[in-house]
Amino acid sequence: MLTLTQFVFLAAAIITLLAAIMVVTSRSMVHAALWLIMTLAGIAVFFVLLNAGFLAVVQVAVYIDAIAIMIIIVVMLTQRSMGVKDPQRNKTWWVALIAALLLCGSLVLMFTQTPLLGVEAPALTMGPEAMIEELGLALVDVDRYILPFEVASVLLLAALIGSIIVAWPGRINQEPEEES
Amino acid sequence: MIPLSWYIIFAAVLFSVGLYGALARRNALAILMAIELMLNAVNLNLVAFWRYLTPNMVSGKVFALVVFAVAASEAAVGLALIISIYRRRHTIAVEEIDMMKW
Repeated sequence: MLTLTQFVFLAAAIITLLAAIMVVTSRSMVHAALWLIMTLAGIAVFFVLLNAGFLAVVQVAVYIDAIAIMIIIVVMLTQRSMGVKDPQRNKTWWVALIAALLLCGSLVLMFTQTPLLGVEAPALTMGPEAMIEELGLALVDVDRYILPFEVASVLLLAALIGSIIVAWPGRINQEPEEES
Repeated sequence: MIPLSWYIIFAAVLFSVGLYGALARRNALAILMAIELMLNAVNLNLVAFWRYLTPNMVSGKVFALVVFAVAASEAAVGLALIISIYRRRHTIAVEEIDMMKW
């Protein structure tokens, strides 16, 4: 008999997986991007089920807000390049399918035979407020995770500057058009 | 309640879907989206292991947050590259982007 959380898990898993399959198979890039948003929202449901509410909010704010919207804008900017009627898979797509199925099958086989993975979730000792506070303090504590935190911020800044330089329009127009 | 293996198996299947997309698609944008799927599967694994094995430590969540930052930078740089290539070559099909191929 399924409990309510198990039912929620299974429903979210099925919806998320179907959306993910639509992401990699749909012919229109706009549709793929919208299915990607569906998948990301499904992952946020799992974060809530895992008592990581803060990460669920970050998932919505970073992935669905920022990344997905950016992807949709680029899809619309580059839509003239590959239409819906062009082939969307390369010539060796069946090799990719076999590789993915092999990986999936062997991982699932391995995980179903590992007894460690049958554990239940232990009870949390902290409330949700205290957990977020703990996480925030851990990120700025000199003895704990300040180095990864600062490295991530520098990485974000570098990526920001780098992407502005790469996508800068003025430089390209002065160069002669490349022979293709 | 939900055993840990459900999360791990779900993440493995999601990762495989993303792997297929990254290897089989011709559109550079579609490959980027498939990579986002794989990053999400890994992130879900990190959080699931945190919740089931070390719920009193924050390392799992900190790693997940770092993965968020890496995913955001990867998307920004990847999309900038795609826009730049589209300006020069008017294509985003990966087999036509072969300037660095001998």
